[in-house]
Amino acid sequence: MNSFFAMGGYAGYIWPAYAVFFIVLIADFIAPSLRRRRNLRELRARLARQAARQERAPRTPSASS
Amino acid sequence: MTRPSLTAACSAVLRRDLTLAWRRRGDIAMPVLYALIVATLFPFALGPEDTLLQRIAGGVVLVTVLLAMLLALDAMFRSDIEDGSLEQLVVAPQPLALMLGMKILAHWLTTALPLIVISPLLAGMLHLPNPVIPVLMLALLLATPLLSLLGAVLVALTAGTRRSGMLLALMLLPLCVPVVIFAAGAVAAAQQGLPWLAPIAWLGAGLVLALVLAPLACAIALRIALDA
Amino acid sequence: MAKWIPLWVHKLGSPPIFYRFAGAVRPWAIAIAIVLAALALYGGLVLAPADYQQGDAYRIIFIHVPSAWMSLFIYFVMALASFIALVWRVKLAEVIAMESAPIGAAFTFVTLVTGSLWGKPMWGTWWTWDARLTSELVLLFLYLGVIGLYHAFEDRRQGARAAAFLAIIGVINVPIVHFSVNWWNTLHQGSTVRLLGPSKMVGSMLWPLLTMMAATKFYYVASLFGRARTDLLAMESGKDWVRQIAESEARP
Repeated sequence: MNSFFAMGGYAGYIWPAYAVFFIVLIADFIAPSLRRRRNLRELRARLARQAARQERAPRTPSASS
Repeated sequence: MTRPSLTAACSAVLRRDLTLAWRRRGDIAMPVLYALIVATLFPFALGPEDTLLQRIAGGVVLVTVLLAMLLALDAMFRSDIEDGSLEQLVVAPQPLALMLGMKILAHWLTTALPLIVISPLLAGMLHLPNPVIPVLMLALLLATPLLSLLGAVLVALTAGTRRSGMLLALMLLPLCVPVVIFAAGAVAAAQQGLPWLAPIAWLGAGLVLALVLAPLACAIALRIALDA
Repeated sequence: MAKWIPLWVHKLGSPPIFYRFAGAVRPWAIAIAIVLAALALYGGLVLAPADYQQGDAYRIIFIHVPSAWMSLFIYFVMALASFIALVWRVKLAEVIAMESAPIGAAFTFVTLVTGSLWGKPMWGTWWTWDARLTSELVLLFLYLGVIGLYHAFEDRRQGARAAAFLAIIGVINVPIVHFSVNWWNTLHQGSTVRLLGPSKMVGSMLWPLLTMMAATKFYYVASLFGRARTDLLAMESGKDWVRQIAESEARP
């Protein structure tokens, strides 16, 4: 097992290379999911504010959103 | 109202831009001063040793001129966008590519030509051997219009966006790499006594291509960027 | 539109339909990518023998070459999608083009870093200015330029069109840079570093490489679909279908 990790003495190059590969790609894969959840959260908050505003103000045929 | 001829329109645009630039003569001096200052920094940074300076002189002058042009490029369309005259040009009946070509010419005349004129001074400060200086000027004569033309397309793309200065540099520099390589290659070849015509010819070919394509690309880019 | 384009292609262009389609495909794509990658890693790190010239250091090839290939492949996909977006103004093409850029930049970055880590034990230097490395570096700058330009605009669609144009200009630049750096290297004879690689690959080294290349392709699809879904939600946030999704995912 040790000789596997030692990689013939090149461990200092091989393992960081593989680490960079996986870390960068995992970050790239997860990033949009986090952004998506944040966007939906903000959208829900915005919709809630809009609904609250419409409840308070009477239904006038004005152009304001 | 009779439509003015194409040459009349071209010379009108050219004359207008040159007049506007002349009215702010101080701005013409800025890239020149910048290039002088940057070129003088190199001996301070690297030491005044003659052989070293000779080796880097050609490349330093080239990069310095490139950076000076980059700074001046940002302002190419800015004032015209702000006062709306660029949009007038876009909707004018004359072909936009040709009109933009004239604007690029005016910009090159007012920014690059002064730099080419002082390039012997820069080269002399860095101890570039005298016989090489004409080759350097020829290389700059071909490379700077290429930079103006390529830069114009990118400036048009960023027209109207904020913080465009650094972004412009980031976009332009990768496209400049071949131009720098061939221009510096010509100077280096001349310095070593080798034939320098081939890289100059490549620059010339690239320039001809850019003269035809860049104004068209610039027009497309402008339409994309202004199409709010 | 041309008659030869089937209906399902048109349908996919609609944001809510693509959103659902991408959502269905994405888990499968990443699962296949993971399985293939695991197979490739086992084959490359455990099964394949050490190279008689480079020892174990050559094993970086199993991630370096697929990354390099993807960095170029994604750029061409981006340029193609950009072309479609500019000529036919297809919203989905804009999304695909713009969301491919960060993935391509990631692969380019990985290529440069793994290449550097491979170069140090092999050539004794972290970096060399040969045509391939320099072109790859320029490619990274091109990606960053596209990403930067896209985000510089207030109006996303306008930004996408401008960045799409830049991507197309850049596509012409990559072979030019490669050619000019090649010429420059022959002029300055100093750089005689040859890019060593197993020119004839033994079967046991070849199949993990090919498997990893397939894995990265599936990864690209998975990542792209995830980014496209997020982007579509943001772009269409005023529409009803987005509102429904937002409300259905509300945590109690």
